[in-house]
Amino acid sequence: MTTKLEAALGIARPDDFYEALIEAHRGLSDEESRQLNARLILILANQVGDMEVLTEALRLARGEGGGDR
Amino acid sequence: MAEVTVQQSYSYPKYPFRRPEAVDDGQVERLPLVIVGGGVVGLAAALEFAHLGIETVVLDDDDTVSRGSRSICVSKRTLEIFDRGGVADRMVDKGVVWQRGRVYRGEAEIYNFDLLPEQGHKMPAFINLQQYYAEEYLVDRIDALGVTDLRWRNAVTGIEIDEEGRALLSVETPEGDYQVLADHVIAADGVRSTLRRALGLKFGGRTFEERFLITDIRMTADFPMERRFWFEPSFHAGQSALLHRQPDNIFRIDLQLGPDADPVEEAKPERVIPRIRRMVGEDLDFTLEWISVYTFTCRRIEKFRHGPVFFVGDAAHVVSPFGARGGNGGIQDIDNLAWKLALVLKGEAPEALLDSYDSERVPAADENILNSSRSTDFMTPKNQVSADFRQAVLSLSETVPFARAMVNSGRLSLPHHYVSTPLTTPDRDDFQGRGPAPGSPALDAPIRCDGRDDWLLIRFGGRFVALCFVDSAEDAAATAEISKAFEALKPPVDSVVVVSAEREGDSDRLVDSDGLAFKRWGADGGTVYLIRPDQHVAARWKAIPSIEKLSKALARSIGEEEAA
Repeated sequence: MTTKLEAALGIARPDDFYEALIEAHRGLSDEESRQLNARLILILANQVGDMEVLTEALRLARGEGGGDR
Repeated sequence: MAEVTVQQSYSYPKYPFRRPEAVDDGQVERLPLVIVGGGVVGLAAALEFAHLGIETVVLDDDDTVSRGSRSICVSKRTLEIFDRGGVADRMVDKGVVWQRGRVYRGEAEIYNFDLLPEQGHKMPAFINLQQYYAEEYLVDRIDALGVTDLRWRNAVTGIEIDEEGRALLSVETPEGDYQVLADHVIAADGVRSTLRRALGLKFGGRTFEERFLITDIRMTADFPMERRFWFEPSFHAGQSALLHRQPDNIFRIDLQLGPDADPVEEAKPERVIPRIRRMVGEDLDFTLEWISVYTFTCRRIEKFRHGPVFFVGDAAHVVSPFGARGGNGGIQDIDNLAWKLALVLKGEAPEALLDSYDSERVPAADENILNSSRSTDFMTPKNQVSADFRQAVLSLSETVPFARAMVNSGRLSLPHHYVSTPLTTPDRDDFQGRGPAPGSPALDAPIRCDGRDDWLLIRFGGRFVALCFVDSAEDAAATAEISKAFEALKPPVDSVVVVSAEREGDSDRLVDSDGLAFKRWGADGGTVYLIRPDQHVAARWKAIPSIEKLSKALARSIGEEEAA
């Protein structure tokens, strides 16, 4: 399957990002966290822009396709 | 659904009932073409056929126009269609012209949109006009043209298709019943279509559980001529609201009530008045005209043609009102169907052309259903995650522009583009993305004719036209030569020649006075567009086409030639 979605690591310091992601939610209620996640998804999706990549990302996130990932 | 007419400032015309001859002579009346239903779509059909020189009989069960303002937003494309029949100017004069929409969250404006940001179109983006006015003006115009038999209080109660594929209609009148045997029937009998039921056609789709209060009030207020939509306004907590201005100081208000609202209770004036009071403030006096509490459905029948019967408007498809796609979609059905039936009735096109009504308008209905469903889904989140994303979109839209594009308060009606239908000849020439592609509706532009300012679009419609752009003496000579051959085709193709402003002085040509015709159509000297009678592009060429090329495209657009 040809894919446009980047499977290899694209973030230079993944641990830093992961920590920042968790940190962004610190002190938030569950509802506030859901809201943050929703906003974050929209912001990142707009940054990606490419509908093909977004569609692949949605499928991967749902656990559909993506083969040996 | 509950509906209350409180008071009407409009006085309803009462059209006369005349006893049809068939009631007395007991004969089955033979008719080539019958329109069932004299609502806005049925009347639009009658007008379009009258304009095409085809006599029709309209059977309507009532003797007046639409009861209630109903479909109020008349789109630019609908006005362009009505302009061919000579009724658009009266509608625009009476209507509230608007093109700007504003979207608020709470009391703060998130963004606004302009539906027609450029000048140089005869018709505005939208007018608001109560459906009863639109119908009244259509009836007046149809009567003035004098080729249509409008039969009021003639209720069609049943239909049978006979062995020869004709439709036998049973008709009830106050003075007796009769039968009509018709070669073709246009079923414009609305969302509760008798014909659809009689033929047992499934009307499938989605029902939205959310209830909405739709009400018309009369008040004197200097509110702008704009569509205003609120998400979560303080005057109507947690819900959405829409305010639209109509003529005669009438305002349309649309309030979301939630899925649990009691439709009968909510339609009571004593419940409605405080809601409106909170919205318009304490200072304005208003009176209620009309109240209804609705749930919305998006559905259609599978095929719009059933033998001799063509379903149009709400009889064929319904949508939620956000986006003004119901009434306008129905008028575009007529736009698509009338010229095809006219050509077949005149023997100028094969019967197969009629099937293309289905293949062109079903995708158009699906486009309207898709847009209207998305709007309704955005307004009424069905679960926590859709509520979360809607909240996220609304909150981001205050600070980042991209999110504003996702705020969906209704995507307003635009004409469908018949891009990949069997009638449309795909581009061979490279127009570099400019101009209306094959299948798209023709574009208006200001022109000058005999020193007078006029419009381009009204030159098309009702017949096939070759729109030829001329920028040199050689183009002019070649165009004049080939247009004689175009005229001799079957059906004939009239030439409309537009010359660039520098060549003003050439006689009997349209001058592109503002340069907008060449620009909008992506044209150079020699560019030719073949335009269908419904003002949609059938084919186009960068250089003057041979008669063979043009006649091939013509044959294809009347259903004579299958797609290559």
